Amino acid sequence: MCTVCGCGNGETSVEGEAHSHAHGHHHHDHAHHHHDHAHGDDMHFGQGPARAHAPGLSQSRMIEIEQNILGKNDEYAAANRRWLLARGVLALNLVSSPGSGKTTLLTRSITDLKDELPLSVIEGDQQTSNDAERIRATGVAALQINTGKGCHLDAHMVGHALEKLKPKPGGVLFIENVGNLVCPAAFDLGEAHKVAILSVTEGEDKPLKYPDMFHAADLMLLNKIDLLPYLDFDVEKCIDYARRINPKIQVLQVSATSGEGMARWYQWIRTARQMQLIDRPELLEAS
Amino acid sequence: MHEMSLCEGILQVLESEAEKQGFSRVRRVILDIGVFSGVEIPALEFAFEVVMRGSLAEQAILEINRLQAQAWCMACAETVEIQARYDPCPNCGGYQLQVGSGDEMRIKELEVD
Repeated sequence: MCTVCGCGNGETSVEGEAHSHAHGHHHHDHAHHHHDHAHGDDMHFGQGPARAHAPGLSQSRMIEIEQNILGKNDEYAAANRRWLLARGVLALNLVSSPGSGKTTLLTRSITDLKDELPLSVIEGDQQTSNDAERIRATGVAALQINTGKGCHLDAHMVGHALEKLKPKPGGVLFIENVGNLVCPAAFDLGEAHKVAILSVTEGEDKPLKYPDMFHAADLMLLNKIDLLPYLDFDVEKCIDYARRINPKIQVLQVSATSGEGMARWYQWIRTARQMQLIDRPELLEAS
Repeated sequence: MHEMSLCEGILQVLESEAEKQGFSRVRRVILDIGVFSGVEIPALEFAFEVVMRGSLAEQAILEINRLQAQAWCMACAETVEIQARYDPCPNCGGYQLQVGSGDEMRIKELEVD
């Protein structure tokens, strides 16, 4: 691990890359100057690191830096965004809890759209390349990132994956984040939109329980609606909760298994892609 | 959420600032943390101590300013203070709120030498 994410040092791997590709984890040998501040009767004439010969004055100073803690990730994310925009690639960051049916939804979407749009996929999971293999079985290029102990993808990992995967200009890139409704909310990857997937087998109050994610998402896909007859899930309430958190969130009800509602989701993708390529008609027709 | 990662992020900033501004020891780190940032303060304090060990900020004092959240109520057309993302507007009870602040995670000031 290299950027902001401390969890899982050295355990992140981008498929096809040597396990520890010189991730800049310098172990800094900071000289530890031991200042003898006023020990007994000793006089201290500034033998600290600043070598300021100003007896009686403390060498401590306050500096204002006003820097975002996730600033480094945001810089990488901005670089990814520039990279994607330059190539007219629409990147969608799919986020959800584990078991919401993300991969099934993605596989179905890819199968239905691959003849129409240039597609590629980045898969994030803690371990295994099972998901990337499921995607590749559809004939679409996919790259697995294993985050090791990490709980989310970060922009630096995705930057490396982009270089390796080389999504086609004018295409759509799906980034399937690690199944986790907490951490991925804070880590911008450079995507155009976050899409939150919530299945009706989960609680309808999930948007309230995990507000940050639903706040960050532009679209919520309410998945597995074919199971509604067997469940006590209040769809209206769930949508109401999501809008309390994020008045602008769009909601589509879908079932990746039965196919119900999927056409609207595809239309959403097409529209988002058209908006992304509004001034680049040559790429719009590339598919 | 991932307080350990946040502390790694803080350390990176400290190290690059040390180079830029010419200091070698950090005595105190002052953070602005919004109530909606998802940061658990006790977890952050724990992780801070662990991550800073052996670094230029070993044993530095961590001070945290908790920032309240403000939102713009579209119905009232004014700025209101809220405690949680799902809170209604304290004036009109509506949910047409645009959260404007509260997710800050910022290193505000450092005491260095």
